[in-house]
Amino acid sequence: MTKEEIISKVNALLAEEFEVEEEVITPDANIKKTLELDSLSLVDLVALIDGEFGIKTNGAEMSKVLTFGELYDFIAGKIA
Amino acid sequence: MERRVVITGVGIYSCLGKNLEEVKQSLWDGKSGIIFDEVRKSMGFRSALTGHVDLPNLKGILSRNQRVYMPEQAQYAYVATAEALANAKLDQDYLESHEVGLLYGNDSSAEPVVKSVDTMREKGDTTMIGSGGIFQSMNSAVTMNLSCIFKLKGINLTVSGACASGSHAIGLGSLLIKWGLQDMVVCGGAQEINPYSVCSFDGISAFSTRESDPTKASRPFDRDRDGLVPSGGGATVIIESLESAIKRGAPILAEVIGYGFSSNGDHISVPNVDGPRRSLEMAIREAGIRKEEIGYVNAHATSTHVGDQNEAKAIAAVFDTYKPEVTSTKSQTGHEMWMAGASEVIYSMLMMKNDFIAANINFENPDEDSAKLNIPGQRVSKHFDTFLSNSFGFGGTNSTLIIRDFKG
Repeated sequence: MTKEEIISKVNALLAEEFEVEEEVITPDANIKKTLELDSLSLVDLVALIDGEFGIKTNGAEMSKVLTFGELYDFIAGKIA
Repeated sequence: MERRVVITGVGIYSCLGKNLEEVKQSLWDGKSGIIFDEVRKSMGFRSALTGHVDLPNLKGILSRNQRVYMPEQAQYAYVATAEALANAKLDQDYLESHEVGLLYGNDSSAEPVVKSVDTMREKGDTTMIGSGGIFQSMNSAVTMNLSCIFKLKGINLTVSGACASGSHAIGLGSLLIKWGLQDMVVCGGAQEINPYSVCSFDGISAFSTRESDPTKASRPFDRDRDGLVPSGGGATVIIESLESAIKRGAPILAEVIGYGFSSNGDHISVPNVDGPRRSLEMAIREAGIRKEEIGYVNAHATSTHVGDQNEAKAIAAVFDTYKPEVTSTKSQTGHEMWMAGASEVIYSMLMMKNDFIAANINFENPDEDSAKLNIPGQRVSKHFDTFLSNSFGFGGTNSTLIIRDFKG
């Protein structure tokens, strides 16, 4: 999967699940702030990413991922 | 000094309609909300009959982070509560600046439990269940969601009393107000309607198998009844002290004048006569009225053989020679279980406010016990200002409410 494909998939997935416009999901934007995540909905982010990309992560690991750009890299690293 | 308890708002979301106006019309028309559900048949149900309620679309009304914790019955309860609050002329500012309580009847949340376990088994990872699973799975799912959404600050409690849950919620709420512990309580009952929630109930042969004619299947008190039909939805009744209602200029719809309760202390599923009789007598005693003042009785009768038979005996014993109209609105709705005690207060209020008694549909031939009651099979035009509503549940829990039109 190319980086562009990951970005496109992540953006569409998160926009749909967390009900935000795709335009607000930019590489430098803060994930928690943009998606209005609290400690509970962070679990949903983990479940969503794990389910979609078939990877295994957890809340502690994911909470270190601050921006969408870091998230794309994080996923790319996991599926590489 | 004991305070008077009045009803200032009601809201309903049921198989008879998605709001008070639709439900009133269905009651007037004698419409049935029962359908045959192919999905249940394919799942192995003995009876595929059920009340039908559409899931409300709350997207755009509640945020994603509010909806994710709500099982279906909490969604029904939300819609009913929003209608009740609007009718009671209560806005968010009022709710947030007063100690408003919440007592809601609910006694299961099966589907989220099943789905959570399925996900865990399939994925081998509990994180994959997501954040909503735990909150949706609990019996208190309705009260925990409504209290957070509406920011309620008084008592916050789910009443689990089987098929009397909704009635007990109103009764217990009325006591808190009567004794001065709360000025206002949002009461009600909610019932999930998904197949998972009733498959085990179907398994004990409690449901009608008259699948060839779904709208004729629920036939309380009729000689040829063969079991109940499960149903669901949400019903909200807002009660408050008379002083509170007057102070804020609220529309006063009716007054809760009596709450009776009892336990059979007997069989887990088979009701008896003595327990319900004591509940009725206590409600009448607490109301401080003569039984002849009761113009209508909304029976619990679910369309089971022994349940209807024993309730008929209890009503006949209490009312003796006086014979007010007795009907079971479950003939139209099916059995709304945890919700029924609250919804049936609303159905009865709609009749009281519009001078009619809805037909006990499908009542074609009485049996030996129902013949002793005055059960109209057709709609009756009648003015009445006081009604009694029965709700009984597994384990022998009984609740009876007496409601009177508000006279000032």
